[in-house]
Amino acid sequence: MASINVGGKDIPLDEEGYLENLNDWTPEVAEVLAKGEDVTLTSEHWEILNFLREYYEEYQIAPAVRVLTKAVGKRLGADKGNSKYLYSLFPYGPGKQACKYGGLPKPTGCV
Amino acid sequence: MSTKNFLFVNRKAPYGTVYALEALEVVLISAAFEQNVSLAFIDDGVYQITKGQNSKETGMKNFSPTFRALGDYDITKLYVSTESLAERGLTVDDLMELTYEDADDDYAEKPSIILVNREEMAAMMAEQEVILSF
Repeated sequence: MASINVGGKDIPLDEEGYLENLNDWTPEVAEVLAKGEDVTLTSEHWEILNFLREYYEEYQIAPAVRVLTKAVGKRLGADKGNSKYLYSLFPYGPGKQACKYGGLPKPTGCV
Repeated sequence: MSTKNFLFVNRKAPYGTVYALEALEVVLISAAFEQNVSLAFIDDGVYQITKGQNSKETGMKNFSPTFRALGDYDITKLYVSTESLAERGLTVDDLMELTYEDADDDYAEKPSIILVNREEMAAMMAEQEVILSF
């Protein structure tokens, strides 16, 4: 099984690179996961990651990308609630990539 | 892709079997494909949307908060059988307050739960194109 090493601790990942145990997540884990895909997390990335983590906390699901886009727009403003902005941060798909770094499961409905 | 009227009929209690959780996953997936999705809660299925669920002893995740996200997925019609509620000594006050924001009405928050009797449920089902029962 794949894993990453963060601060001397081995953290198991599933076959698609998502955390095996959601409780393993720390901000450092997010940085390491992002680095593995050549992404450096900026405050703009963190805004979305934090938003997703709050959404998961409240609803117990990772939202589909359409829902994420709408919800981000409502919370952070229309200039951020659109796919162009979200894809500029997460080019492999805001749902998949942001959920991965945020330590959430792959969004339901994501193939 | 064409849009169809999908109805998911939930008849089982939320925990003890995996039916309710699996149904909810399929519901979310169908909605992500922009289908016109409604839900019905009949028999023990009405327990799925009761308030104050605690699943600790069952070893299953309490997924009831996810029903509150349905509005975000544009799922705005949750039909609940009045007979099933009454047979279990429940009223609408025992159910979670599930709402959606109506984009056609300045995003006013509106209730998603629609109480229907057996006849109304049957009439609503007759309008569906795809019915999946869990």
